[in-house]
Amino acid sequence: MSTLVIKDLHVSIEDKEILKGVNLTLNTNEIHAIMGPNGTGKSTLASAIMGHPKYEVTSGSITLDGEDVLEMEVDERARAGLFLAMQYPSEIAGVTNADFLRSAINARREEGDEISIMKFIRELDKKMEFLEMPEEMSQRYLNEGFSGGEKKRNEILQLMMIKPKFAVLDEIDSGLDIDALKVVSKGINEMRGEGFGCLMITHYQRLLNYITPDHVHVMMQGKVVKSGGSELAQRLEAEGYDWIKQELGIEDTDAVTEEA
Amino acid sequence: MTVETKLAVSAQDVRSFSEAHNEPKWLTELRERALEKVETLEMVKPDKTNVDSWNFFEFPEHKVEGKAISSLTELPAEVQAIVDENQQTLYIQHNNTPAYLQVADELKEQGVIVTDLFTAVKEHSDLVQKYFMTEAVEVDEHKLTALHAALVNGGLFVYVPKDVQVKEPIQAVFFTDDENVSLFNHVLLVADNFAEVTYVENYISIGAAKGQVNIVEEIIVNDGANVTFGAVDTLAEGFTSYINRRGETKRDASLDWALGLMNDGDTISENVTHLRGDGSRADAKTVVIGRGKQSQNFTTEVRNWGKSSDGQILTHAVMKDAARAIFNGIGKIEHGATKANAEQESRVLMLSENARGDANPILLIEEDDVTAGHAASVGRVDPLQIYYLMSRGITRANAERLIIHGFLEPVVSQLPIEGVRKQLVEVIERKVK
Repeated sequence: MSTLVIKDLHVSIEDKEILKGVNLTLNTNEIHAIMGPNGTGKSTLASAIMGHPKYEVTSGSITLDGEDVLEMEVDERARAGLFLAMQYPSEIAGVTNADFLRSAINARREEGDEISIMKFIRELDKKMEFLEMPEEMSQRYLNEGFSGGEKKRNEILQLMMIKPKFAVLDEIDSGLDIDALKVVSKGINEMRGEGFGCLMITHYQRLLNYITPDHVHVMMQGKVVKSGGSELAQRLEAEGYDWIKQELGIEDTDAVTEEA
Repeated sequence: MTVETKLAVSAQDVRSFSEAHNEPKWLTELRERALEKVETLEMVKPDKTNVDSWNFFEFPEHKVEGKAISSLTELPAEVQAIVDENQQTLYIQHNNTPAYLQVADELKEQGVIVTDLFTAVKEHSDLVQKYFMTEAVEVDEHKLTALHAALVNGGLFVYVPKDVQVKEPIQAVFFTDDENVSLFNHVLLVADNFAEVTYVENYISIGAAKGQVNIVEEIIVNDGANVTFGAVDTLAEGFTSYINRRGETKRDASLDWALGLMNDGDTISENVTHLRGDGSRADAKTVVIGRGKQSQNFTTEVRNWGKSSDGQILTHAVMKDAARAIFNGIGKIEHGATKANAEQESRVLMLSENARGDANPILLIEEDDVTAGHAASVGRVDPLQIYYLMSRGITRANAERLIIHGFLEPVVSQLPIEGVRKQLVEVIERKVK
């Protein structure tokens, strides 16, 4: 079992503090959902875990099985077992999806021990079929000209090919129609199990109809303010966030602006 | 402005050279007239690059012999790497000597001519005379075109007759391995009406160089013909290069360029296509890597003369070290070219603080009923792209490598010969390291 521990995490962007002490512990074989209104720091948390260059961790810690994640470069974090499905994946012209994925897989292997092309293609074909992606998408340039839904599917394809210990999914459900949402959920459910932990960030309870979380956390004003089981998500769906605000005495005035 | 022209050859030398090659009288005279003009003509003026101090006129030898070979296994490894033994039609020039020629039987039967320029002017004198510096490039454009005409010392002639479709690409390799060699190379490719041909060439220099490169290539695409032209230049630092590749497209003709311009020395490269015929089109794709202290000037121009003609320009360049380059992209629509379209995209990726790269997009439009557009950018590798790739475990160095290869892919993917494509990828790899 692996464990990702986030302790009292404070994160700023351009000197504005967005996260104000986040505490969270994830184990493999668990699926967590983080919900909350817009602009409460959910995506900032995702970016800080992965090491986005614009976000500065001012205090607190993130450890993966005791190893200091914050000391690692972005690629080291990835190779240590972290994965972030991004809300807005970059487009990279001239690099095919297949070449990119092969580079990502080989980055985890020793030189001279690269994955055989045949094995890679077999695995890629299988996963693409599972995600109902047309074969030609492996030869298209990475995310270039992909629709919103295609990009999200492609993030899940990468997840399934790379098989990280922990995946953070940043609004993987946004902009998806119901069919695409089902496919993306199918991919995540396929990953579910021993050796895989997941942190799903979402505005909507809708995603949780397809992927039942073990734990649900609510973020407001840069902190996790409430945690519970999947029933918490259902109550949020039914009643919104106001009851939590009232319960905790939170006022709306200082909502922060969140960037991608 | 006058540029002092110190020439290494005299009129007598030029005449002797021509006679020694048993050239037809028209060519001897053309050389002589050209040489006279070198002195008085203006120097070429590449926009925004001062070439006053560049040496285009002094060189060690007018002709350096290479070695004719009978088997490809005699070639240096660098050349072997880009020629496939199954290549049907192949011309190899070693220094200034035609070294090897193989033409597919099928092409010979169809009347396709592929032969070195010296042989062509003897065996197909009329045909060469008709097109040699008459339609595309003229002798007296400036000093360097005249110098080229006077001193031309190698090259290739390709003629594809009417209605003939050449299915396999024709490959040419011009390689040098003697530091005294200069290339006054001329390639003349004529695709007659409704012909179709793909031609791919490499200029490779092995070892050091101190000579001149003055290359003129003329691509004539007659009515309804299609030509795909690929080139990879990897000439050594010691060469000062003037490379002029020009196309003429007639009615409904089409010309696609894919140029990998990877010289290490100071270079002026001009790639101009005149869309003469109505409904003709050209697509000029160029990729460049500048490194070291070299200074380069690239002009890609497509000029629309014909109605409903379509010109596309794409230039992607990577600049590193202290290299400097100007990228002139020119779309010109002439009066009367109604419904013409001119599009261009120039992107320069800067990898070093000390490098300079300027994209200089120019649209000149003299007709109302047309469409045109351009995009130009100069910038660094996008940090968010790097972040995205690194977030999948790819190291920073490899992420940059992938992005750069992707950036130069538009030309790589267009090269129809596997060996040449691989070579360009390797050159890119080596140069950006």
